[in-house]
Amino acid sequence: MSDKKKVLIINRRAPYGRSNARDSLDVALTCGVFEMPISLLFADDGIFQLLGGHQAKEIGQKNLSANLAALPMYDIDQLFVCESSLNTHGLASDQLDHNPTVVDQKAIQQLIQSHDVVLTF
Amino acid sequence: MALHTLNQPPGNAQCLERCLNALADGDALLLIEDGVLATLPAHASRFDAIAANVTLFALQADLDARGLNDLKGTRFTVVDDGGFVELACEQDKVVSWY
Amino acid sequence: MKFSIVVQAAPYSCQSAETAYRFAKTLLDKGHDLHRVFFYGDGVHTGSALASPPQDEPNIPANWQALAADHDLDLVVCIAAAVRRGVLDDKEAGRYSKSGSNLADGFELSGLGQLADAIAQSDRVVTFGA
Repeated sequence: MSDKKKVLIINRRAPYGRSNARDSLDVALTCGVFEMPISLLFADDGIFQLLGGHQAKEIGQKNLSANLAALPMYDIDQLFVCESSLNTHGLASDQLDHNPTVVDQKAIQQLIQSHDVVLTF
Repeated sequence: MALHTLNQPPGNAQCLERCLNALADGDALLLIEDGVLATLPAHASRFDAIAANVTLFALQADLDARGLNDLKGTRFTVVDDGGFVELACEQDKVVSWY
Repeated sequence: MKFSIVVQAAPYSCQSAETAYRFAKTLLDKGHDLHRVFFYGDGVHTGSALASPPQDEPNIPANWQALAADHDLDLVVCIAAAVRRGVLDDKEAGRYSKSGSNLADGFELSGLGQLADAIAQSDRVVTFGA
């Protein structure tokens, strides 16, 4: 692949209720295979993807955390979480797995500006 | 600079807020589908707060479909499908809020 | 300018599916290139040859087929998303021992690598979500 586009993937949906979270991670891992630089931003209900302790077997799904844990193997280590979304849901970043960087409104604007392609899920 | 599209009605407050907060200087916002309902006067204050150098658009076909044909006094400019494509070319990326 | 489009919306459930088609048709009419359309998530239902809407409603799969025929488009349906949802080509129907296949002509099943390639090759990637 000739051109390494920087890709920002914005995750706004809670895990399990819809397929967006899994679809998004599959895209991230695939782009990772092609060694494209990937950043992931978790916002709104998407921040729940980063909460630990998932046991999704009873609802007939696979734990999302296994896919998230695979990200570093694909050199995907740029994870961000929206500050105002944390506040909305009464969560602190230290309650989340995978050590995301907390970003405010201005930083989110800069993330969008500094990537070539933005995908939303 | 980015073109942001929003297809959710104003009742989806979380999506509207996230989209509006993501608008940076020089960006453009295009309301499409149910998103055009945010052009109603009741929601004007949300858009008044957006920087003057962010341009606001609403898609003609979706306004027509929903009986919204008077954007006078709002910051929105009506564009047709060709205008949507032109905006996507003018800005260097497209961010879809849905 | 070279575009690619990602369609995540199911036809007839979400207006996005129709908007995506109008956007594709318009950009082609204006002389731009459409490198690939990638159907993902519930968007894969667009590739079903069995969609049979009332005659006075648009046939979204058929519209895409016609556009693809006119402009030699690459309509890629995500294979993992499609097979789960029962959109199969002959090969997958055979693999899963199904009685028939239903992927419409003009569409092809392929993997997410085609999306990564579309991102790499295109000037603009536009998502139509649901």
